[in-house]
Amino acid sequence: MRYLPLTPDDRSQMLAVIGAPDIDALFVDVPAEARLPGPVDLPHVQGELEVERHLSRLARRNRTAGEGPFFCGAGAYRHHVPATVDHLIQRSEFLTSYTPYQPEIAQGTLQVLFEFQTQVARLTGMEVANASLYDGSTATAEAVMMAARITRRTRAVLSPGLHPHYAATVRTMAEAAGLTVEALPMAVDAEAEVLGALDADTACVVVQTPNLFGTATDVTKIGEAARAAGALMIVVTTEAVSFGLLKSPGAMGADIVAAEGQSIGNGLNFGGPYVGLFAVREKHLRQAPGRLCGETVDAEGRRGFVLTLSTREQHIRRDKATSNICTNSGLCALAFSIHMSLLGETGLRQLAALNHARARTLKAAMAALPGVEVLTPRFFNEIAVRVPGNAADLVETLAGNGILAGVPLSRLAPEAGMDDILLLAATETTLDTDIQILSRAISKVLAP
Amino acid sequence: MSMLSTGRPTRPDATVSTDAHATLTGGEGLLQHEPLIFELGGWDKTGVDLPPVPDALGADDLGDLVRAEPIGLPGLSEPETVRHYVRLSQQNHAIDLALYPLGSCTMKHNPRLNEKMARLPGFADLHPLQPVSTVQGALQLIDELAHWLKTLTGLPAVAMTPKAGAHGELCGILAIQAAHRARGDAARTTVLVPTSAHGTNPATAAFVGYQVQEIAQTVDGRVDLADLEAKLGSHVAAIMVTNPNTCGLFERDIREIARLTHAAGAFFYCDGANFNAIVGRVRPGDLGVDAMHINLHKTFSTPHGGGGPGAGPVVLSEALAPYAPTPYVTHGPGGFELVEEDALAFGRMCAFNGQMGMFVRAYAYMLSHGADGLRQVAEDAVLNANYVKARLSAVMTPAFPDGPCMHEALFDDRWLEGTGVTTLDFAKAMIDEGFHPMTMYFPLVVHGAMLIEPTETESKAELDRFCDMVTALAGAAKAGDVARFTGAPYHAPRRRLDETQAARRPRLKWTPSSPEAVAAE
Ligand SMILES: Cc1ncc(COP(=O)(O)O)c(C=O)c1O
Repeated sequence: MRYLPLTPDDRSQMLAVIGAPDIDALFVDVPAEARLPGPVDLPHVQGELEVERHLSRLARRNRTAGEGPFFCGAGAYRHHVPATVDHLIQRSEFLTSYTPYQPEIAQGTLQVLFEFQTQVARLTGMEVANASLYDGSTATAEAVMMAARITRRTRAVLSPGLHPHYAATVRTMAEAAGLTVEALPMAVDAEAEVLGALDADTACVVVQTPNLFGTATDVTKIGEAARAAGALMIVVTTEAVSFGLLKSPGAMGADIVAAEGQSIGNGLNFGGPYVGLFAVREKHLRQAPGRLCGETVDAEGRRGFVLTLSTREQHIRRDKATSNICTNSGLCALAFSIHMSLLGETGLRQLAALNHARARTLKAAMAALPGVEVLTPRFFNEIAVRVPGNAADLVETLAGNGILAGVPLSRLAPEAGMDDILLLAATETTLDTDIQILSRAISKVLAP
Repeated sequence: MSMLSTGRPTRPDATVSTDAHATLTGGEGLLQHEPLIFELGGWDKTGVDLPPVPDALGADDLGDLVRAEPIGLPGLSEPETVRHYVRLSQQNHAIDLALYPLGSCTMKHNPRLNEKMARLPGFADLHPLQPVSTVQGALQLIDELAHWLKTLTGLPAVAMTPKAGAHGELCGILAIQAAHRARGDAARTTVLVPTSAHGTNPATAAFVGYQVQEIAQTVDGRVDLADLEAKLGSHVAAIMVTNPNTCGLFERDIREIARLTHAAGAFFYCDGANFNAIVGRVRPGDLGVDAMHINLHKTFSTPHGGGGPGAGPVVLSEALAPYAPTPYVTHGPGGFELVEEDALAFGRMCAFNGQMGMFVRAYAYMLSHGADGLRQVAEDAVLNANYVKARLSAVMTPAFPDGPCMHEALFDDRWLEGTGVTTLDFAKAMIDEGFHPMTMYFPLVVHGAMLIEPTETESKAELDRFCDMVTALAGAAKAGDVARFTGAPYHAPRRRLDETQAARRPRLKWTPSSPEAVAAE
């Protein structure tokens, strides 16, 4: 087997040094009745060629996003990732190192994390950011748990525009921990309705902008009202490129920001791995989950970086930790940070403007279709439209024509009674011709 | 000195000492000291060429939703970007460079075939919410990987979506909570965890509201059955036991542990972080385990990436399987289906379908090894660890000298007594010798713990190089060469870093330090 360096001769020499007659002698502590006599019933060793052949065959059974017109969003976005990003993250020293527990020989990773934290803090308009969580949805759940610890209250209110998967993730974790979660009925443009559900037990309101339907909202007043009631405002964003165009959550008074960073530097990957961005106010830092990288000096007074404030974390605090997270999304954070460094503020603003412009073109095209109604009032790069009939059927039909025509809302929320709603995203990768093809195909399907 | 005809010396001048010549730039030969991107000055630079935005005033429909204030993000051209990150990378140790014996972390070789496969557009360029009819190959891969995991563990179901080991623990504990609730049993408020457990175990149990109670350990490093039996009762929801455990030992009495647990009406959660030691040789399902996460980033070699991402699928027993979270893959009449709603499921671990990128890598690794190769993985991992234990027991004190260890060898610090050298000092001195230190001060049950996990992908030559190095260093410590240790590392990109200062005055992001820097920004 090509990954195993020991030769039969090595093995017998080593057994002799150990003083064991054979390899089975090293497994004596395994109950005899549980020792497998031979390999389990699965295929045996294969060469690179055979493995490639099998996996390539599976890969070909999928229609890739890049194959034709593509409009899916709803929490995962197809952007162009510069070739440099993927090259650099495959450097051995980044790819094959562990969590930087020995800072003297992990300054590469640590400096990247420090830069990443600074970038995320600035993008979100917050005071501090951590070194990443798994993804946007688990970051949102962590934010709710954190708000409950800070306020010592037990109820979370989720806005009508929060991504249903995020709402379900929050509910799963928070309810198991004994919190009450109130998710308001879905609506295109009603983030402020969380205020109607505030009460004296409410630890936090969770609002999303741009929300599931693409609606961008100024949540400043929501935050003020929440705080006046003793609750925190958690702002969720699933499309990180929007930070380049829209007012930051911090500027709108967010207490905690939980965002999905996939859009920058990371591919679609069928849903993972992604990278959770998590940023807070400094005064709440000690309640934050996840790793933090901080600046310090070495024995010679040179600047260096270390993981810090780990008394919040599981390996020190065990059952008193702020979270159980250990492994996070380090390499995805690196990809995010490299892409962000390539873009710079100039590039990010232009990229964001480009996304918005493409979505405007998309919106105009949809609005021009008889029977199709655009629902999203203000948007970044994603809109919701109402189509006559069932949106999932429409998407299935168009997929048969080589068009991935967005996400039917029923896919995410089958019980919402919104089977006629279709979510459509456009990014810098969307061509005008893609939009024309989509328009023509929809009108053809809808034609009586 | 010999010279060329042009007067150029052809031999180095040996009389010049190599130390005490600090460089003028702070760089050291190939090792460049690299400023932060915020100090490189590219405030209006960009390394991407984007098409012009067609409508310059395109965002006026957004009114005051538009970001007015500057963000403060520097940009770099592409060549500058490459240099910045390559220079930074060279300040990291990596498994590709040398043995990386972090116990409990399973730092094994990361095959590049896996990277290549994960980047096939047919996997990498798939949206998680595309119509299921357009992602049949992806669902088949998840299904095949699930089959391998179930076969290797002997358990009938697997939840694929957890994103790392700790997330898998959460998934397992939530399934257990759901199973108790389904039986109408609300009285179980406690989870038992051995003192030697990884921090994620108690943190997970506490995170969802359980009281955590510790189980004692015997002198030979295993769960104390008498203590376990005394602590089990109708208030106990589950036990969380790592096997092989964090001392690198197989829990000999594991079937009795399972029997006692089940007799008390509790479930057996097994932390499977150390599955590498037994993969292909023992099925946890045959040991009485109800749920176990598998760190694909350990046993199945998906790269650690400097801290993540990982993947932590959880295999489940018949009793827990009905409560597995959504979504999951099933076989339907027209092909594979993705079940998003299930009334019995305890909920959802995350948005979308789990760590697909990691699934592809892990599956490529499994297919490469095959059932026979994976069995050899466990055997070589255990052989390598026992070899290191045998060789180093000559100079260090093994925490559990009697009997074999599994995939990792645990030493305590008795052998350093009176030398003035601590476990930390010794670890830092290993850095100077070109090796990553072992895991230190974990597990907590052993004083000054040093946990060495070589993994199966190390050659005998590399193990010998490592053992020779540790032996020589141990000799130096015992000979009183204390400064070699207390001042170490001397030859790393940084000397020892001040962690106290970092925590006392946290600086967690760059801020401009001078008025010029503020103005430049
Ligand atoms: C024994 C043990 N359990 C659990 C974990 C947690 O796994 P992860 O880091 O993937 O969350 C680890 C890894 O660090 C471990 O070593």
